[in-house]
Amino acid sequence: MDGFPRSAKIWLVVAWAALIALPWYGLGGIPRGVPAWPAVVQASAGARGWLIPLILALIPATVAVFGRARPRLLVAAAATAILWTVIEGFAIVHNGWGVAALGPWFADPAPTQPALGWGALVFLVAMLMLIANGLARQGVCRGDVFVTGAILLVVALIALFVIYPALCIFVSAVKDNDGGFAPELFGAKLFGRPIWGIDCLVGGGACGTAWNTVVVATVVGVVTTLLGLAFALLALRTRVPMKPLIGLLSVLPIITPPFVIGLALILLFGRSGAVTIWVADLFHVPRTRWIYGVTGITVAQVLAFTPISFLVMIGVLQGVAPSLEEAAETLRAGRWRTFRTITWPLIRPGLANAFLIAFIESMADFANPLMIGGNFTVLSTDIFFAVVGTTHDQGRAAVLAIVLLTFTLTAFQAQRAWVGRRGYATMGGKGAAGRATELPGGLKALCYGLALPYLALTVAVYGTIMVGGFVESIGRDNTPTLRHLITAFSIEKGIGGWFLSGSAWNSLVTTFEVALIAMPFTAAIGIVVAWLLDRQRFAGRQAFEFLAMMSFAIPGTVIGVSYILAFNVPPLALTGTGTIIAIAFAFRNMPVGIRAGIANLAQIDRSLDEASLTLGARSLRTLVLVLLPLMRPAVTTALVYSFVRAVTAVSAVIFLVTGEYQLATVYIVGRADVGDYGVAIVYSAMLIVLMLLILLIIRLGVGLNRPGARPVRGTASLTPATMVQP
Amino acid sequence: MSDVTTPAVELRGVTKRYGDVTALRTIDLAIDRGTLVTLLGPSGCGKTTMLRLIAGLERPDDGRILIGGRDVTLAAASERNIGMVFQSYALFPHMTVLENVCYGLRAGGMKKAEAIAAATDKIALVGLAGYESRLPSELSGGQQQRVAVARAIVLEPEVLLFDEPLSNLDAKLRRHVREEIRELQQSLSLTAVYVTHDQQEALAISDRILVMNMAAVAQDGSPRALYEQPESRFVADFIGDANIVPIEVRRIDGPLAEIDLAGLVLTLPHHGATVGAAELAIRPQSVGLAPGAGAPGTLPGRLATAAYLGSHMEYRVRITPEIELFVVSPDVAAPLKPGCDVAVSVAADGVAIIPGR
Ligand SMILES: Nc1ncnc2c1ncn2[C@@H]1O[C@H](COP(=O)(O)OP(=O)(O)O)[C@@H](O)[C@H]1O
Ligand SMILES: [Mg+2]
Repeated sequence: MDGFPRSAKIWLVVAWAALIALPWYGLGGIPRGVPAWPAVVQASAGARGWLIPLILALIPATVAVFGRARPRLLVAAAATAILWTVIEGFAIVHNGWGVAALGPWFADPAPTQPALGWGALVFLVAMLMLIANGLARQGVCRGDVFVTGAILLVVALIALFVIYPALCIFVSAVKDNDGGFAPELFGAKLFGRPIWGIDCLVGGGACGTAWNTVVVATVVGVVTTLLGLAFALLALRTRVPMKPLIGLLSVLPIITPPFVIGLALILLFGRSGAVTIWVADLFHVPRTRWIYGVTGITVAQVLAFTPISFLVMIGVLQGVAPSLEEAAETLRAGRWRTFRTITWPLIRPGLANAFLIAFIESMADFANPLMIGGNFTVLSTDIFFAVVGTTHDQGRAAVLAIVLLTFTLTAFQAQRAWVGRRGYATMGGKGAAGRATELPGGLKALCYGLALPYLALTVAVYGTIMVGGFVESIGRDNTPTLRHLITAFSIEKGIGGWFLSGSAWNSLVTTFEVALIAMPFTAAIGIVVAWLLDRQRFAGRQAFEFLAMMSFAIPGTVIGVSYILAFNVPPLALTGTGTIIAIAFAFRNMPVGIRAGIANLAQIDRSLDEASLTLGARSLRTLVLVLLPLMRPAVTTALVYSFVRAVTAVSAVIFLVTGEYQLATVYIVGRADVGDYGVAIVYSAMLIVLMLLILLIIRLGVGLNRPGARPVRGTASLTPATMVQP
Repeated sequence: MSDVTTPAVELRGVTKRYGDVTALRTIDLAIDRGTLVTLLGPSGCGKTTMLRLIAGLERPDDGRILIGGRDVTLAAASERNIGMVFQSYALFPHMTVLENVCYGLRAGGMKKAEAIAAATDKIALVGLAGYESRLPSELSGGQQQRVAVARAIVLEPEVLLFDEPLSNLDAKLRRHVREEIRELQQSLSLTAVYVTHDQQEALAISDRILVMNMAAVAQDGSPRALYEQPESRFVADFIGDANIVPIEVRRIDGPLAEIDLAGLVLTLPHHGATVGAAELAIRPQSVGLAPGAGAPGTLPGRLATAAYLGSHMEYRVRITPEIELFVVSPDVAAPLKPGCDVAVSVAADGVAIIPGR
């Protein structure tokens, strides 16, 4: 029990190596004139004296590790190093003082430094791990270095890639366009008419964006919840064979890029849409743009989010044991009375949950309002136009982002509190056996009345997307053609051999590349967080959980804006790289991995971990040798879903793409925007088919045992429902 | 390793709370090497908690824990020299029997070949030679239990912990397996702490029993001492279903006391009782019943119920309105009829005074 474990010594060596051998600056490109020197050289030859404290801090750390173990000294030294890196990083930036107030205190010219590089990152991680060693030595997390380190690393990553960008929004919100401090502008923007105006009620103008957003989200929440309930009732409380439909509805929201439905609605009901033309010819009514605006957004979102509500309601309804309904019937209650007095009260809490989830999704949706919103703006599109529009008002974007974030986080908090309090999932208890009671006739008719139009519209939407790309111009000129397919995906033989000449290949390849890079990180961080949450007890666990799940409730648009604000300038400059897109994917989809992991861990008895511990294995060994092999379903789920969700994402990354890093979804949105619907549809269809194929292949691969593999008890597959519920 | 007189396990003033619930209240305990100590008590009395504290799966709120003389209060489970057999066995489902048994050896850094040799040895010891490459799911409950034991003893731990190891076996198998565990423990001179709520099981295999009640030790002693000299109403009732009846201690005379049980005068060891009201524990097997009434040295009673259980009869006899005795009689040939008058005699070796009231 004397010295530190070997890991501490290794990390210390890594830290020295980072200072001495790795380039300190230059992750996001290094300005001309600054050599890629390591910190030690930068401090001396580059006259960047503010790096010296980092080297000095490592000396006591070395003494603390290699001498008689001094955990407190180690923690203090390493924490100082991190703190100093942060302070000097913000104080001195690429163009002088980062904090203007520092200027007068020092001689001109102001010092400069570029954004941090690999040396700095490795150094910071090493410092974090040394803190973990020091804390564990003092009994934190029962003295477990791996657990302490994992917690610190996850918190640091979340702080860096979720909290810090969010803070940048707040800072940006109180600045004017030239970067000056202008708090009075903030108040004017935050409470101004464009956001909160009610002219549509009293004046005859347009209402504020905030109201628009809330109204649409509320309507969408109510309608999707009812539709979801209708489908769930039909699936579980009638004898209609719904298995295949359930399967399809559960994958649709995952594989469908979010703008596809808006796009299809335009092609069907837009001014020159197929249905519009048909109706106009038939009844001689003038063609209008009625679908653009609040109607279109609402319909598109209802179509898009009903499957999610359906999955939530299926889960709720499955929690109501049929035996309860049977009991009611033996007590002489008729079918209607049974539904009214037993089933309904038990599923009511679930309705609120489904509503809040759809509410959040609607608020966060960016692609459909962008496609079909017309002049009707909601917060997410408003943010986008504030950034990319002619005004280019980052302060306004920040204010809008704050409003949107407040809405979604409030709804998210309400949803968590609601679910946490009710815990309806456990209501069913045992005895799920028994035959479910049929719905009363009237209610059944009502469910059909809701469900069938929805299904018809959905079939029309996907049908349009699937065939629309293979005709000249759907609606107007329905001559079959492969023109769009060839434009987008042609492969030609040139001088140097075959090459991908279609216009879509570039973005498709980039998308797959970035999604593949993000995939293992997303899954790994998700599974580790799930393990920490489910299997470890530590101070601040609640807060930790909130932080980890929070990124689910941050709308993609807000993430995009915040990343631009945070990572465009030193100390960490990443914009314009593929890395930042991968990072955005990883932190946006992390909750998928967390949820899959927690659901899987719940099926693995804790006594397995404990047995491993009593056999002398530490937490890392237990995780790797005992838990991970049993968590194959969760790992697979996390990998696949993080990939698919990354490929279909739009909102966060539309701010981050560049000419070099163009993504499939953003490319499609761009094509649709300039009216090139043919390519947009072909490309959308291609994405949907590819994602569907991937899911099918994985499902078959996981379902079938490899030859020689023996069945493992306690590994159950995970339902898609786990994936869509926040 | 410390010398043989150091207790294998020592608890000093150990307290454990879960929120408002006190699961263990200031427990002091020393367990000698080579003994099997049973923690016996009703559900929720803190047995599992005590075991998990020793294992290092929980931390005490107060007090210290020593294993082999070393203070391990703050040490993690993986750093304590213990072995544990879980109620669910907790065999790793994706590993074979051999891999399960090797697991702890490999975690401790042993070479693979050596680990396999040691594990094979212990697998044979528990009678599972030939099953090395099976998965746990391909074994019966009893076999899984043996793998769990082999996995724990292969590390030669200072103390072996069992948490209700038989509760997942069917009744017939239980007696057999508990004998095997006892045999193994004695032949290898293992120190073991064994948790059960089954008093028969506890009596059958223990060197020493701790009867626990409401987060504390109610009585600590050999099986015989507990059965014959229960110190409290709770212990008398929990071990061997005693009848507890009110008595009057008339006189103390050396180690003996003269008592009055509803008019019947008996002389018994006093167990620290003083003159005045007390209670008497009467074993159901120690009550004699004869038809008719009135013989000297007996109490008159009336048979309330009679039940035939094959190997024996169970009766309820009403002596006074307050006193009703539960009686077990081996005589199934000539059963008594409910409603008849009986003469009730009490054998002195099946009764014990419980001091105080
Ligand atoms: N993890 C826990 N959290 C809260 N209370 C617990 C926990 N484990 C045990 N308890 C409580 O501590 C008491 C003792 O439990 P336990 O040691 O499991 O009893 P036994 O094994 O004797 O049945 C019980 O009241 C139980 O409810
Ligand atoms: Mg227990």
